Amino acid sequence: MSAATPPQTDPPAPQGPRAPGRAVGGVLGVARDTTILRSLAIVVLAGVVLYIVSESLSPYRNLQLANGAYLFAALAGLTMLIGLSGQVSLGHGAFLAAGAYTVSLLVSKEGWALAPSLVAAVAVCCVIGLPVGLAASRLRGPYLAGATLAFAVGLPALADKFPNLFGGENGLTINPPVVPSWLGTNFSLEEWQAWIACLGALIVLLVLLNLYRSGLGRSLRAVRDDEIAASLCGLRVGRMKTLAFVVSAGCAGLGGGLYAAVLNLATPSAFSITLSLSLLTGVVVGGLGSLSGAIWGAALIVLLPNWTSDLAHSLSLSTNVSDNLPQAVYGIVLIVVILAYPGGIQGGVRAIVSLITRRRWST
Amino acid sequence: MKARIVISALAVTAALAVAACGSSSPSKSSSSSGGATAPGVTATSITFGTHQPVTGPAAPGYSEIAPASQAYFDYVNAHGGVYGRKIHLIIKNDMYDPTLTVNVVHQLVLQDNVFGIFEGLGTPTHTKVVGFLNSSKIPDMFVASGCPCWDNGSTQPYTFGWQPNYTIEGKILGQYIKQHFAGQKVGVLYQDDDFGQGGLAGIQAEVPSSMIVSKQPYQSGTTSLATQITALKSSGAKVLVMFTVPIYTAIARLTAFTLGYSPQLVVSNVGIDPHTVGDLLATVSKGKAKGDALIDGAITDGYLPSFSDTSSPWIQLFMKIDKQYDHNAPFDGNVEYGMANGYTLVQALVAAGKHLTRQDLVNVVDNDGGSWKGPGLVPFRYTKTEHGGYSGVQMAKVVGTKIVPFGSILMTQPTAGTAITTYSGGQPTPPASGIPSN
Repeated sequence: MSAATPPQTDPPAPQGPRAPGRAVGGVLGVARDTTILRSLAIVVLAGVVLYIVSESLSPYRNLQLANGAYLFAALAGLTMLIGLSGQVSLGHGAFLAAGAYTVSLLVSKEGWALAPSLVAAVAVCCVIGLPVGLAASRLRGPYLAGATLAFAVGLPALADKFPNLFGGENGLTINPPVVPSWLGTNFSLEEWQAWIACLGALIVLLVLLNLYRSGLGRSLRAVRDDEIAASLCGLRVGRMKTLAFVVSAGCAGLGGGLYAAVLNLATPSAFSITLSLSLLTGVVVGGLGSLSGAIWGAALIVLLPNWTSDLAHSLSLSTNVSDNLPQAVYGIVLIVVILAYPGGIQGGVRAIVSLITRRRWST
Repeated sequence: MKARIVISALAVTAALAVAACGSSSPSKSSSSSGGATAPGVTATSITFGTHQPVTGPAAPGYSEIAPASQAYFDYVNAHGGVYGRKIHLIIKNDMYDPTLTVNVVHQLVLQDNVFGIFEGLGTPTHTKVVGFLNSSKIPDMFVASGCPCWDNGSTQPYTFGWQPNYTIEGKILGQYIKQHFAGQKVGVLYQDDDFGQGGLAGIQAEVPSSMIVSKQPYQSGTTSLATQITALKSSGAKVLVMFTVPIYTAIARLTAFTLGYSPQLVVSNVGIDPHTVGDLLATVSKGKAKGDALIDGAITDGYLPSFSDTSSPWIQLFMKIDKQYDHNAPFDGNVEYGMANGYTLVQALVAAGKHLTRQDLVNVVDNDGGSWKGPGLVPFRYTKTEHGGYSGVQMAKVVGTKIVPFGSILMTQPTAGTAITTYSGGQPTPPASGIPSN
C-alpha cells in the first residue's frame, strides 16, 4: 500500500474570510491523496448510509440488503480479478460454497462463534485459491474460463462424495445468529443479519479500495495490459496473478460465510453453475473492474428474481415458464449490456456524470 | 472532486429512495382494524402460508395436498369460518429445493405477513427453515413430513409434526417383517436425508441386524437408481423396504423389474399412493408398464381411513368436499391427507379461542392437542416436549388401486426399545357439519 507524498512545501496558513474553506480543502486534499485515509473515509460514509437505510427498511427489505451485501463481497473480488488483473473466473461460486460450508461446519458442529468462523472461511478460501490461482496464472482466455468452470462444477460435488461430513444433498443448517440483547427485544433478526453482512461487505470494500490505489493494483493493471512488457519491467507476473486470485478467493469466501450467516444453510444445489454465471453477469452488467459496478451488480442479482416473478405473475405465465424466467432474463440482460453498454451500469453513470459536469464547466 | 461530490449525492439520494420504497411497501397486517391481535389475523380473516413442491421431483402426488387443504378451508369458510374468520392459505412453490424453501418462507413471513406456516412439505426442505421460524416465533403447524426432527418441543417449541414419525413407522413395519418374514434377507432403499435415515432407524430398532443384508441410500434429485437396485439384487434380499418419495418408488420398481428382481415390497406410506405411483410408472416406462400391476401386493401402512374405503363416513365427507371445492380432483391418499391435516388445523383454531395470538395457538396444541379426535386412527402425541403428531399406524396392503388395511392399530414411541402396543380406542364419526367444534 503506497503512502502518498505530502506536498513539498507546507501551504501558507489560511487567512482571511475564506480561510476555513481553504483549511478544509487542505485537509480534504491530504485525505484524498493518502490512500488509507481516503478508503477509510469512503467506508465510514458508506457505513453511515447503510445504517440509515437499514434502520428504515422493513424486515424483508433488510434481508434483501443482507443478500446484496454478501453478493457484493463476492462480486467485488470477482470484478477486481477480471477487471484489474484480467483473469476471467467462471468458478467463484465454488469459493462461495467453500466459505458457506466452512462457516456451517464450524458453527454447527464445532460450536465456534460467527466472527472467528468468518475469518476461518476467508483463510480456507485463500488456501484453496492458491493452487487454483497457480494453475490459473498459466492459462489465458477461454482455457482459464474452462478450468475455473470445471472447478465450479466439481467442488460442490464433494458434498455428495463425503455425505457424513457435508450432509450430502441435504446440506448443512446453522441456527440464525442471535440478536444481542443490548439492541432491545424489538430489533429484528433480519436487520441484525443485514448489519453483519454489511460489515463484511465494508471490510471487503476497504481492502479492495486500498488495493486499487496501491502498488499492487498498478502492477496488476500493467500485467493485465501487457504481460510481456510488465515482465520486462521486472514484475513477477505469475506471483501478481496468483496473489490477485487468492485475494479474490478470500473475498468470495467471506461472501460465502456471510451467505451461511444470512440464509442459515449450505447445500450443493445453492452453489450450482447458475450461481457462478449470475456472478459473472452481475460483474459485467454492473461495470467491469469498478467497485461501484459491484454494488449495481449485487442489487441486480438480488432484485431481478423478484421482478421476474412479479412479471410472471402479472402475465399469468405457466409455472414451467415462470420458474425458468430469471435465468432467461439474466442471459438477455447480459447480451444487451455487452452489445449496447459495454461499460455496464457504472459506465452509464460515469457517462451521465461527465455530461453534467462538462455542461457545468462550459457554462 | 466535483464529480465525486455529485456521485456521493446521487448515492445518498438513491439510498433515501430505497428507504422510501422499503417503508412504503404495503403491510398486510392491518394493525388498526379491530380483532387483530397478531400479524396475519384480523377480525374477518386469518392467513397461513405453506411451501409446496408444485413442480419438481416431488410434485407427483404431493402437489395435490395443499389444494386439498385449501378446499377444506373453503368449505369451512362457506359455513362461517372459525369465529367469523375466513382461513386463507398462500401456497408458494419451492420445487423441493431447500434453497428455494428458505426464500419463499422468508417471503411468506416477512412480506406476506402470514400468521403462521402450515403443512410445510418435505424433510430436506423444511429442516432449512425450522431455525428461522422458531427464532422468529412463527407457528409452524403440522409439517407435512414425518421426520423425527419435528418431535422436539423443548428446542423447537413452535414446530409441530402431524403424520406419524418415520421412526415410529419404521418400527411398526419392522415388527411386521420380524413376525412374518422371519429368517429372510431384508434390503433397505432409503432417501439419504432425515426422512430415509429416520425410517431406517426404526427398521433397525425392530429387525435383527442379521436379517438386514443391504442398505442403499440415494440422493434426492438423482435420475437413476440402477446402482442401488443392482446391489440389492446381488445381496439376495427377498424383502425390500423402501423409504422413498413416489417418483423414486416408481423408478426403483421399474429398475427392479428390468433386472428381473421381484422382492416383497414394504413401502413407507408417503411413497406408495397407488394412483400416484401407478401414473408415474406409466410415465417413466413410457407407457410400457401397466402401473398398478407392478406395485400390487406391496405392504405399507396408514393412519387415516383408507382413501378407497367409501363406507367410512370421513371418506364420504372428504369426497363431498372434494367434489364441490377441489374441482372434483381424483380422490386419493394425497387429497385425503390435505383435508385431514386441514381438519386438525381448524380443530386447533377452534380450541385457541376468539382472541388469537401466535403464542395462544402454540399453547393450545401443547396443552390440548393430545386429546383431539378426528379422522386419525390413533391419538396424537402432543405435549410440551413431544410435538410428534400421530402415535402409530395400521398395517395395510396395496390391492389393485386400493389400499386395504389389516390387523390391529398399533402405537409406539420413536425411541428404540419402547414397546409397540395396540390401540383400541376406536375412531369417532365426523361431526354432522363436517367442522370440528372440539
